[in-house]
Formats: sequence, C-alpha cells, structure tokens
Amino acid sequence: MEAYVGYFLYFLSLLTVGGIYAIFALGLNVNWGFAGLFNVGIVGFAAVGAYTYALLTTAESTFHIGGFSLPLPFGMFAAMMTSAAIAGLIGLICIRLRADYLAIATIGIAEIIKLILKNESDITNGPRGINKIPRAWEHFSEERFYSSWPMNWFGTPENWEAFFGGLPHWYWQPLFAGTVLLVMYLIYCMLERARTSPWGRMMTAIRENESAARAAGKDVTRRRIEAFVIGAAIMGLAGAFFAQHLRLIEPTNTFDPAKVTFLVWVMLIVGGSGNNRGAILGAFLIWTIWSASELVITGSIDLISNIFTSIDTSLLVSRAGFLRMMLIGILMQVILQRYPAGILPEVRPASPKADKKIAGSTGETL
Amino acid sequence: MWDAFGFEFVNFYLIPGLVLGCIYALGAIGITLTFSILRFANFAHGEIMMSGAYLSWTVMAIAGYAGLTLHPLVAMVPAALLVILLFLGTDKFFYKPFRNSETIKVVMASFGMMLIIRSAVQVIWGPNQLTFVRGIAKPNPVLSDLSSDLGMMLIIPNKHLFIFAGTIIIVIALSYLLNQTRIGKAMRAVSDSPDLAHVTGIDVDKVIRATWIVGGICATAAGVFLVMDVQMLETTMGFRMLLPMFAAAILGGIGKPYGAVFGGLVIGLAEELSAYPWIGDAPLLSPGYKTGVAFAIMVVMLIVRPQGLFKGRSF
Repeated sequence: MEAYVGYFLYFLSLLTVGGIYAIFALGLNVNWGFAGLFNVGIVGFAAVGAYTYALLTTAESTFHIGGFSLPLPFGMFAAMMTSAAIAGLIGLICIRLRADYLAIATIGIAEIIKLILKNESDITNGPRGINKIPRAWEHFSEERFYSSWPMNWFGTPENWEAFFGGLPHWYWQPLFAGTVLLVMYLIYCMLERARTSPWGRMMTAIRENESAARAAGKDVTRRRIEAFVIGAAIMGLAGAFFAQHLRLIEPTNTFDPAKVTFLVWVMLIVGGSGNNRGAILGAFLIWTIWSASELVITGSIDLISNIFTSIDTSLLVSRAGFLRMMLIGILMQVILQRYPAGILPEVRPASPKADKKIAGSTGETL
Repeated sequence: MWDAFGFEFVNFYLIPGLVLGCIYALGAIGITLTFSILRFANFAHGEIMMSGAYLSWTVMAIAGYAGLTLHPLVAMVPAALLVILLFLGTDKFFYKPFRNSETIKVVMASFGMMLIIRSAVQVIWGPNQLTFVRGIAKPNPVLSDLSSDLGMMLIIPNKHLFIFAGTIIIVIALSYLLNQTRIGKAMRAVSDSPDLAHVTGIDVDKVIRATWIVGGICATAAGVFLVMDVQMLETTMGFRMLLPMFAAAILGGIGKPYGAVFGGLVIGLAEELSAYPWIGDAPLLSPGYKTGVAFAIMVVMLIVRPQGLFKGRSF
C-alpha cells in the first residue's frame, strides 16, 4: 500500500510540474504561435511572477520587504499584472523592430530582472532568496491561516489542528495538482476561443503576411503588443505556480534560462507551435521524458557502481545532468529540421461564415 | 591633474574599461559580420568564445604534460583552428538547412546551439571553475618606471598589454582583409546586397565560410583574452558576454566591423566607468549592475537610432 502511495504521489508531482510547464507553453504559444514573436525571456517573466507572488503572500519577514500575507489568489493575480506591465514596456520599445532584435531584447530583460533580484537584497533578500512561500491547499494547515479569518470563523485553531492532524500529510497534493490542471484548462479554453475569434484570425494574418495585414487596415503594432502582453501575463501566472511548487526561490539556480526558457521552447516546438493542444501535449511529454530520464540515469549509475565497484562514479553523477540537457537540445534541432510543424500541427481557424465544405479541407470548422 | 585622483581613475577604471572593451570589440566583430552576411543574430557566439577558451586551456594542459609551458597566445592558434571547425560544422549541420527559410528559424537553431555547446563543455570539462594562469599579475616594471618618471604612474600588467597588442593586430589584419583582398571585398558586397552579389558571380557559400573563419578567429581571441584578464574559466562566461557583444554590434551599426570595435570599446568603458564615484564617494552605479549598462545603452540605441552610430543596416 505504502509503495502505491509513493507511485501515486510521483505521478501527481509529474502532473503538477507538467501542468505548470503547460501553462508556460500556452503563454509562449500566444507569443510565438499566434503572433510570431520570438520571446526568449520566459525566465524573466517567470521570475517576476514568482517574486511578486512570493512577496505578497508570505508571512512578514525580516529578510525581505513585506511579507504582506495577502490572500493567495490576489498574489497570483498581481503576478500576472506585473509580468504584463513589464511586457508592455518592452513591447512598446522593441516590437516594431525585426524579430532578432526582440529576441536580444527579451533575453536581455530576463538577465536584467535577475540582476535586480540578485542585487536589491533589501527587497528580495538577494541571492539567498525567499522561502516559506505558501502553496495553495497546503497553506490551510499553516497556523497563520487557520488562526485567522476566514478559517477561524469555522473552527477554533485547536479543532483545525486536530482536523489536519487526521489527514495524511500529502492531502494537499491531489488538490494542488487539480488546481494547476484546472487553471491550465481554463487558459486553454480562453486561448482556443481567442484563436478562432476574429482577433485570432487577424493574428495569423499578421504573422503570415505583415504588409498585407497592414494594407487591410489592421493595427499591426498594437495587435502584436497585445499578444506579447497576454503571453507574458500567462507566463507570470505560471511563475506564481512555480514559486508555490518550489516554496523556496532564489534568482540564480531556480531561474536558470536553460531549465525554464529553453525547456519551454522545446516543449512548444515538439508539441506544435500555433496549436494550443500541441503546447499542452509537448509540455507533458517533454517533462515526462525529462524527469524519467533523471530516474533512468540515476538508476543506471547505481547499477554501474554496483557492478564495477572499483569505478568512481562521482564524475558520472556530476556530468549526467548536462548530458541530458545536450540531448534535449539535439532533440529540438532534429524536430526543427525534420518535423517543423511538431506533433500536432497548427490548424488554421476558418471564419464561421466560410463555406463548411471548403473550410473543412483547409482549416477547422466551427 | 595627475594626483591620487588621476592615478585611481586611469589605473582602476580607464585601463580595465579599455581591456574589457577590446574583448567585447573582438566578439562583436563576429556577431556583426554574421548578422550582416548570414542575416541572423547568432546566439551561440558567446558559447563559441567560451569553448575557444576551454580549448586553449586544454592545449596548454596537454603541453604542460609534455613539459612545455605555453603562453596562452600560442595555445590560441590550435584552439582557433578547432573553433573554426566547430563553427563550420555547426553551420553545415544546423544553420544551412534553414538558409532559404525564414531567418527566425536560424535564430532558433542558434539558440538551441547555445545550450548544446554549453552543455557539451560542461560534460567534457565539468561545471567547476578552472584556473587559466596562476599567480598575481604584476605590473609591467618598464612601463611603470617610465611613466612614474614622467609623473604619471601607470600600473598595467603584462596580460593587459598583450590584450591591447593582440586586439590592435587583429583589427589591422581584419581591415586589410576587408579592404584589400578579393574575399574581403566579396564579404562586404554580400553584406550590402546578397542578391546583387550573387548576380555578379560572387560565390556566396565561400563568403559564408570566410565569415565563419574570421568570426571564429575573433571569437577565440576574445575568449582567450577574457580568461587572461580574469584568470579563470567558467561555463557561464560566454552567456554573460553575449548581451554586451550584441549591444556593441548594435551601437556600432550592424554590418560595420569598425563600428563594432568602437561600440565594444564604448560599452567596455561605460561598464567600468559606471562604477566610478562621479558624484560623492559611493560608486555611481553599484558594480552588480555593470551588465545592465550595456543593456541600457542597447535599448536607448534601439529607440533612438536602430541603425547604429555608423549607419549600419536596420531591419
């Protein structure tokens, strides 16, 4: 029984992190898949979201500013808003330039955000980071929550303590995974609606042929900034979930561009850019490969060290992670060259007014 | 004029700024040439620089086993050859398939290459820092004696003199190549208009190879100079250099190698001088924000003058 609980919890954590990455990938899909904006600063937006959430919701602390103990949903909402505001600023400056410049600017802004988080120790506790970030559902069993409104309205702290004492210690895990997946699903529904709406079709038009869209009277710059800001807001939300999942964030290792920006890009490219379902599929697929390969690698290193006891495996242990990164990079190159459309290729939304028979052959009918 | 103030300013801010500027300049030359001839922003350039430095370290280590102590500048030559091979190999397998599709695909591929090269270096050499040249660099005695006789004490270590000399030689060689040789002229022609160059019978593939070779030499030199300056190797240094190099290339104007050199020097000086206590005793900008200076200059350029100071290409 115990063993099954262990497998179940591993599966749940796979779903949770996969879901968080799927939210990232959906955000990137709005940037890249819808509007063709090459955003390589995902890690920056994730960090902004995570830190906003962490500072607003943690208990008061002497290490960093605040700890404002605000409600969790408010923290997540604020994470989206800050991320969107920063994206709006970058968008106003860089979006009219060619895609390469946007790429340089986004990679730069991500580094600057990390620099600020690292240097402004009074606000963010610098390289030591922020810990004890409340995680949705698990936070109910913390004393500062059950002894204050609204939970103290339903029961005394002693009652709550007894209640949570009776639950298994992992009670929050299915609930948290469910929340992440629910939010992911809601975002997916909204984006699907946006994609098939006139706004989404206009996005495709701008991406495919900018001058034609401009000639048709579309405000190209404005639409692009919109797509950039919406994508960044979604990434900010994913960042807030990331902070909840980790509970301890710091600027350097948590927000490593290789593990956030690059992995999300691989997920979207493998899944199929422009396709929301593809983004989700890619995220779960790559995350499963990523974390399963960790198990396989650790297992095989153990096996080697058991068979050949004379070999020192510490070198293998320290290098295996980088080898995995390299293989993921090569996988991305292969997909990019051989299967540029990804697993689920983009389906062009047809106008609802279009002839269903014709639309059926070229695109999706509604 | 030359009092304690001048001594501190020149030796601890101006000279390091120029050294950093030389390194950025060499890196930016490669970026600006790739950007104008192959028409994409090469994100892997910083990592190529870094791998050049690691290769030089390996050459020095192998020579060390054989009982030879090689100067980094000598070890740089075989390393540069390997880097050129690496550049040509990357181009053949990862960039060439996208030559006729949208440029953003190549940018994506180069972004992937950045991670592949870095991980490969981490797999081969390990993630920890390595020492390049041991010991504290002493100031050049001849120069400091001479300058203190003139009342202006300059303390410049030999490594910095090597970096200055190396950069000057490379830039002169580059200007000879671009202005006097056939392939250099062809490179400039492709940079101005690839279609027209193709029509006039210029072998574009050859020009692209030449670009990678020039970029590879400059990148290796920049990487080796950087580790000569800081005396250690780490796998993140390429990525840290990337943003200032892009800033330098954009500041000087895309497609203008001299602009890139000038831009590199400006960015290097601006980064070092931003930490100088211009007002009061505290540094004007906390040294932790040095990298931010390059980015700020780049953003201002993109708003005000995207074509750069020397009228480069703007897309």
